[in-house]
Amino acid sequence: MKNVIKLITILTLINFTNHISNAAEKIELLKTDWTFKGLFGKFDRGSLQRGYQIYSEVCSSCHSMKYLSYRNLTEKGGPEFTEEQAKAIAASFEVKDGPNADGEMFVRPGKLSDKFVKPYDNVKAAQAANGGAYPPDMSVLIKARSGGANYIYSLLQGYEDPPAEIILDEGVYYNKYIDGNKIKMASPLSDGIVTYSDGTEATVAQMSKDITTFLMWTAEPHLESRHKMGFKAILYLIILTILVYFSMKKIWSRIESKV
Amino acid sequence: MSDHEYTPKSKVGKWFNDRLPILTLANHLTDYPTPKNLNYWWTFGGILTFCLITQIITGLTLAMHYIAHADMAFESVEQIMRDVNYGWLIRYIHANGASMFFLAVYIHIFRSLFYGSYKSPREIIWIIGIIIYLLMMAAAFMGYVLPWGQMSFWGATVITNLFSAIPLVGEGIVAWLWGGYSVDNPTLTRFFTLHYLIPFLILGLVVLHIWALHVPGNNNPVGIDIKKPSKDTVPFHPYIVIKDGFALLMFMIVFAFFVFYAPNILGHADNYIEANPMVTPAHIVPEWYLLPFYAILRSIPDKLLGVLAMLFAIIILALLPWLDTSKIRSAVFRPLYKQFYWILLADVLILGYMGAMPAEGLYLLIARIATSYYFLHFLVILPVLGFKEKTLPVPLSITDPVLGGSPNLAIAKNKESFEK
Repeated sequence: MKNVIKLITILTLINFTNHISNAAEKIELLKTDWTFKGLFGKFDRGSLQRGYQIYSEVCSSCHSMKYLSYRNLTEKGGPEFTEEQAKAIAASFEVKDGPNADGEMFVRPGKLSDKFVKPYDNVKAAQAANGGAYPPDMSVLIKARSGGANYIYSLLQGYEDPPAEIILDEGVYYNKYIDGNKIKMASPLSDGIVTYSDGTEATVAQMSKDITTFLMWTAEPHLESRHKMGFKAILYLIILTILVYFSMKKIWSRIESKV
Repeated sequence: MSDHEYTPKSKVGKWFNDRLPILTLANHLTDYPTPKNLNYWWTFGGILTFCLITQIITGLTLAMHYIAHADMAFESVEQIMRDVNYGWLIRYIHANGASMFFLAVYIHIFRSLFYGSYKSPREIIWIIGIIIYLLMMAAAFMGYVLPWGQMSFWGATVITNLFSAIPLVGEGIVAWLWGGYSVDNPTLTRFFTLHYLIPFLILGLVVLHIWALHVPGNNNPVGIDIKKPSKDTVPFHPYIVIKDGFALLMFMIVFAFFVFYAPNILGHADNYIEANPMVTPAHIVPEWYLLPFYAILRSIPDKLLGVLAMLFAIIILALLPWLDTSKIRSAVFRPLYKQFYWILLADVLILGYMGAMPAEGLYLLIARIATSYYFLHFLVILPVLGFKEKTLPVPLSITDPVLGGSPNLAIAKNKESFEK
């Protein structure tokens, strides 16, 4: 027992020194009340739909979403647009298809089965249009950044004027949450940049929350069914464990031994 | 094995059993006399078998949907996560299953270290176990490469590059491993092939591991040889089966928590970025279960010596039955060894922590001290301790609290008859 205490002391000490050394560099991320966290976490449907609006009106001009199809927008556990709404969304995009019977490529309106249309044809084109920086694909972006949802939420609100000693090149912006504080994306959000159809006020904080919720869904489209199944699975396991515990006690009571 | 002769009751059973004695084997497994004082640390053998089977079944399912190609691997994993029915569940079980597997194997190994389960006559069980552990590390490492994320790619680059430390032929070996001049498609396809093969090698070795175990029988917390069967033992079924089952269920609750509520917490965010040979991640870190060895590797300034130290850190475990000179198995009766056991455990945890930190400044210094201590424990402390330590008296049997026993049954018997 004494040794266990020793061990814990050592580990706490290490942890503590680590916190000290990191405190200077790392800045605490902003947090908000995500509805998708916790045992029964679900997406806020309204927030997802507003988030899609931000994506389509703001982000999608530079960021692709290559692993999503328009049909996903209607799926359970997502923004749950009606099929008509999703069809209309898909149809508003032009999709290159083909070759047809004449061997020609042609352009047609998007269908539900189409993948989200990309803003640029390829990585090089994206870099050329963005000062050499490649706007990352957003499909799994939340999972691809340490800090996850809180990080993206903070980053979107982390634009500030740089401190006097930092001189920024053209096309580089100051953000207090990104590693090294320099980012090539200009602050994408400003109050009222979109008009929400449900009457929600489009503040930067509100929009950051909505787009982050949307990106959490694009990264984890089955999050809701995962939480639902997880609760059932764990409850089932706990009940079974209790039953097996009593069976075990019963069986071991036949002999003179503890279990 | 002290099995009584088994004859099936039915005629068909007898006919079959005379030709393939599978019923005799089943009877041996259910009747197998097991020490009745085994504690819950002994349930991890069964848990590990569960982990292996889970990995094989989920792995086979994933392999039906995964595409081992540098241009398509990342996308095919996303396809599994999004469009394959319950693909997310299967993949999260497989990914977290690897961590659970290692969690269980580390508990299993440290249980052996505490109760001296590696000592005579169980050396072969122990060495097979170390080979299984080595294969597990190889399988886990190659499995981590398959999603073809940034950490996959750069982890593979760093680890395969270790072979370049071999003098003269190093560079050639690395190119041979890669199948080219960098980690690329040929590397991915061969890693997939080997990742698919190794679990079945492990399965075979597990059979040998259990076979070798059934010759002397289980060690136990008291660490003495017992008569089998006797009042010290219980039949494997139902006593141990139900106890292992209970422990397995508790383990599964922890497992399920990770799968359903924190499926990515043990992974690295960078692995959700598709592999890019032009961009190196800021910190290349292996999965948590390899961190202690990674810390040993990095704490040696010379590359070749670092690689050798890392390999030796594992090989030294296989030599443990001969490095530990004490005749007493269980740490319960070894007051000094017990202290050093806990220090070693702390040392390995510290190494693991340092493996995750950048190799600089204070971290590097602590990692170097911890590395030195790791080798000191096995090469100096253990051999010396066997001669110097004053051990406590060992009981004669599990049920009998009478002292004066010995881990070796033959000596104990002689002593008994002498005292009479």
